[in-house]
Amino acid sequence: MTRTLVKGLDWIVRKFSHGRHALRKQTILKVGLVTVFLFLLVTALAQYSWFTPYDPIYYRDAPRLEGPSAQHLMGTDQLHRDVFSRVIAGGKASLLVAFGAVALSMSIGSVLGWVSGFTGGFFDRFLSLTMDAIYSFPSMILAMTLVAMFGAGIGPMIWAVGVVYIPTYFRVTRAEVLQVRQTTYVEAVRAVGAGNVRIILRHVAPNTVNAIMAVSSFNLADAILTVAALSFLGFGLPPPAPDWGFDIQNGQKFLQSGSWWLITFPGLMIIALSLGFGLVGEGISDLVNPKRKRKRI
Amino acid sequence: MGGIARYITQRLLLTIPMLLILLTLVFLILRVMPGDPVSAMLGGRNVSQELMDEYRHKMGVDRPIPVQYAEYLGGIIRGDFGKSFRTNKPVITEIFSRFPATLELAFFGLIFAVIFGFGSGLIAAIRADRPIDHVVRVFHIGSFAMPLFWLGLMLQVIFAVKLGWLPVASRLGGRIAFTFQSITGFYLLDAILGGDKAVIIDVAKHLVLPSITLGFAQAGLLGRMTRASMLEVLDQDYVTTARAKGLQERVVILYHALRNALIPIVTVFGLQFAILMGGAVLTETVFSWPGIASFLVRSIDARDWFAIQGSVVFIAIFISIINLIVDITYSFIDPRVRY
Repeated sequence: MTRTLVKGLDWIVRKFSHGRHALRKQTILKVGLVTVFLFLLVTALAQYSWFTPYDPIYYRDAPRLEGPSAQHLMGTDQLHRDVFSRVIAGGKASLLVAFGAVALSMSIGSVLGWVSGFTGGFFDRFLSLTMDAIYSFPSMILAMTLVAMFGAGIGPMIWAVGVVYIPTYFRVTRAEVLQVRQTTYVEAVRAVGAGNVRIILRHVAPNTVNAIMAVSSFNLADAILTVAALSFLGFGLPPPAPDWGFDIQNGQKFLQSGSWWLITFPGLMIIALSLGFGLVGEGISDLVNPKRKRKRI
Repeated sequence: MGGIARYITQRLLLTIPMLLILLTLVFLILRVMPGDPVSAMLGGRNVSQELMDEYRHKMGVDRPIPVQYAEYLGGIIRGDFGKSFRTNKPVITEIFSRFPATLELAFFGLIFAVIFGFGSGLIAAIRADRPIDHVVRVFHIGSFAMPLFWLGLMLQVIFAVKLGWLPVASRLGGRIAFTFQSITGFYLLDAILGGDKAVIIDVAKHLVLPSITLGFAQAGLLGRMTRASMLEVLDQDYVTTARAKGLQERVVILYHALRNALIPIVTVFGLQFAILMGGAVLTETVFSWPGIASFLVRSIDARDWFAIQGSVVFIAIFISIINLIVDITYSFIDPRVRY
């Protein structure tokens, strides 16, 4: 009992210190992680009304359409609401949909990729062709059609955006499986008598993790933009919920009269968050492929 | 040459199942989607169920899905994409009247992307690790995180509303829009053929902001790839040899390095076009550009089944053709590739 405990602790310490060592020189990764974490924290807190300076939805006592001032840091909108409060609370849909969609596409896409690459034959060819068809089609247009099908709201958006990314994971894992399948150690494991499921889960899947990690961070960055775009086109959360994409669409109406603050600040938030995920992706790619870093691509 | 002909035939044959799969997917999605063209058109109004059913019957949307599917496929083989429920015109007419607008936008977006992306990547690679390199790289990474619609709106605020240099939206200015006669659908070409200087300037001015918006993300991607690819090539022995021979740096970069660096960049060009079409949805919406992408958005809203199917298939065919052209060009740039 004590022995297991000590062993376990030792394992945790080693894992932890190893992780820290790996992170030591990864400035890009660290900046990205901190950005993403800050966004998660602020967005989560801003869902409670004590955190935002004014209520993002029901506060109606501010002057109408006024530029940034000391009271209202990012100005006010046409419904006398505080833009700053709406901006810090407006990331909820983006974050939920982005994480949900990437988790969904990762699990479906990877499993399909493993199985397809492993079994081969007609099934593999049919699936690859389907995935290529989806992959080569503009993802934005596909997501739009799917959202129209599933309906507005966070759940449907997760499905719509998730489906779009499935081919990415399918391709990455399938390519990796095809390579691993032919190695001697898989042959050896098979000779010992391991079944297909075991080979996939224990020997093939772990080999694809690195590639999946980097791809998923870039997907998160892209998903943030896709969600914002869908909301902007009117396929997102119904008003009056604060949401960056929707608020930008709303601000577009007052653009001609020069109310720049309505669209500027939500947009900057989208950029910062997407950039954060992008930097994490860069960092992970550097980590799993050190050659890449030296070349400073 | 026989090799290339065979390759093209093979690729075209492979495109057919791909298009079929995509078409079937869209067809099924639309049939499963809540709401149909009739409910989108008449829904909310005071219309009896009988009348709605009668309309459904007239449009043929009440028949079993397999029957509809077979009929639709049969139509496509004859080149008949059906009629738009919304405008009551053949879908193919609607698409062809709008597609030139999208193509014109995409073309200039791509030109902006190539000049800006290619140029910035090249400069960054030649001046690697100098200040200009860092500036360019920040721009490249930042461009991935840029929401296109937001960029378009900001450009409108700055250059149209505040400075007043360029028009806010649409393809033509007020008075010219009434007299302008389009022959090809490509307004800039029409304007140049027409020869009226004021019209040419007006059309060109309307193209600037949308093109920059659409091309921006592509510029970043292209720039990043150019830089990476150039750095890789500049490291090769033959570049060192070329320099050792005493060739001018300009010659080394343009003739020895760039040509080889181009190879991986051209590969992604086909894929870029798909992204470009996706970006067109947003750009066309922001700039009220009457292209195929904004047509698709409105068709989805109206549950205009045939229009959605037709546009999707058309876009897919177009992207396949572009991909094919890219792959063929590939063999000219890289002599090692033989089909």
